Amino acid sequence: MSAPATAIRFDEVTLGYGRRPAVHHLDGNIPAGSLTAVVGPNGAGKSTLLKGIVGTLKPLDGHIRLHGPSAGIAYLPQAAEIDRSFPLSVYDLVAMGLWSRSGLFGGISARDRAKIEEALSAVGLIGFERRPISTLSGGQMQRALFARLLLQDAPVILLDEPFTAIDAKTTADLLDLVRRWHDESRTVVAVLHDLDMVRRIFPKTLLIAREPVAWGDTPEVLSADNLLKARRMVEAHDPHAHVCQRGAA
Amino acid sequence: MRMSASAGPHKEPPVLDLLVSPFSEFEFMRRALVGVIAIALGGGPIGVFLMLRRMSLTGDAMAHAILPGAAVGYLLAGLSLPAMTIGGLAAGVIVAVAAGLVSRFTSLKEDASLAAFYLLSLALGVTIVSLRGSNVDLLHVLFGTVLALDDGTLLLLASISTLTVMALAVLYRPLVLECVDPIFLRSVSRAGTPTHLIFLGLVVLNLVGGFHALGTLLAVGMMMLPAAAARFWSSDITMMMIVSMLIGIASGIAGLLLSFHAELPAGPAIILSAGAVYVASLLMGREGGVLWLLWPGKHLEA
Repeated sequence: MSAPATAIRFDEVTLGYGRRPAVHHLDGNIPAGSLTAVVGPNGAGKSTLLKGIVGTLKPLDGHIRLHGPSAGIAYLPQAAEIDRSFPLSVYDLVAMGLWSRSGLFGGISARDRAKIEEALSAVGLIGFERRPISTLSGGQMQRALFARLLLQDAPVILLDEPFTAIDAKTTADLLDLVRRWHDESRTVVAVLHDLDMVRRIFPKTLLIAREPVAWGDTPEVLSADNLLKARRMVEAHDPHAHVCQRGAA
Repeated sequence: MRMSASAGPHKEPPVLDLLVSPFSEFEFMRRALVGVIAIALGGGPIGVFLMLRRMSLTGDAMAHAILPGAAVGYLLAGLSLPAMTIGGLAAGVIVAVAAGLVSRFTSLKEDASLAAFYLLSLALGVTIVSLRGSNVDLLHVLFGTVLALDDGTLLLLASISTLTVMALAVLYRPLVLECVDPIFLRSVSRAGTPTHLIFLGLVVLNLVGGFHALGTLLAVGMMMLPAAAARFWSSDITMMMIVSMLIGIASGIAGLLLSFHAELPAGPAIILSAGAVYVASLLMGREGGVLWLLWPGKHLEA
């Protein structure tokens, strides 16, 4: 078998806010069909990296290239960013996953309805269809969002801390879906904090602490030495920081 | 006393007569009825979206912002429908865009910049009206003339509500999605920003329509009060919009009758009726009304 195709390619990517880098000179690629964990301390630029891939944040420098269909990314941001008080039913929230096919005003066919049912059943939310999302617990909400991801049927799936504050049973159920996506050769990138989970399930890991610390096979990346290096990252802004000269020569 | 009325040609029972005869006997009441129904049909769902997007006060600010535009129209052409409509639309759009730009490019939040712009607009508007007009004209602009709607105004109100309902039907998905999960919308579509702008346009359009009937100060009342009341009756957005329309229509009718029988000014009577519905909903509404919170009944098994 030849080397797998690239799904996402980073060329000396720097992402940040203002002129301050949050991800500094990331270079490399995520192969199609790979299952990658992004690990690092708080403030290391993990979420920023995902925003860069989705395209909501433009790189300060360098390029992020996506290979494959442009509408092919499904993105699950951190939980806090959804307005849970909005009067919307679980069914409608999940059905939004069909956006790329139904668009602004396409109808939802009987086949789509079957798909929605299937997604709800895959995450164990049968019977929740008519419940307003404001009545869901954190774990149930996460299940609903995973159902929406299922419907998006995207070749690339980005998950930002999907299991934070989620109980063991729900985490296990949702991890099964992640494995299923991997078996279906989708490219999955997940920001995670639970290193045991990463070692058990994610073959590839990117360890990042603003600078990429290590990237490759999980056991080697998560060595004691690398983890120590990541922990030493300085979080505070340096008021006397110079303009970065790397790559300028 | 009611005997004489029942003895008339209509043969209606007294209560029904009280409700129907103002409209059957007087054309200006029928026109007012058509006007408030049109306003309620457009304003009801717009109000629901304003509320759910946490923009309730934005509506209020925009309503005030319309004043100087309408006042300039008035200054140039007197109490003319097209001049005041165009002026109001222009002023509303300018303030909405200016507030949006200020909040995007400075550290001032949109609500603060809107507050700044609408206060300016209100002061400017009152000044312009008083430059030429009498106090009567100022009252007309501030509180509207729902009992003196001519054909042109009715046509305008009907067109605005038709356009609003159709536009909301088309924009429904991105509007909802932008409230619930804007990041998701951005990840699947570029419709977010245009949707927001068109929505702001619809808000201005409905306020300008409402302005002719209810004046700049009360126009927003027919949007926000029915919407806020509807929130207490449903936890489903579609139902909420329908309830909001119905409450708007009911308050319009109740307000007109109240003003007819009690000889109150019509605009405030309509808004007061909507206010009464709001307070009643606040107390009794099935979705989080105060009485249900105080006496929820014994808890269930599961």
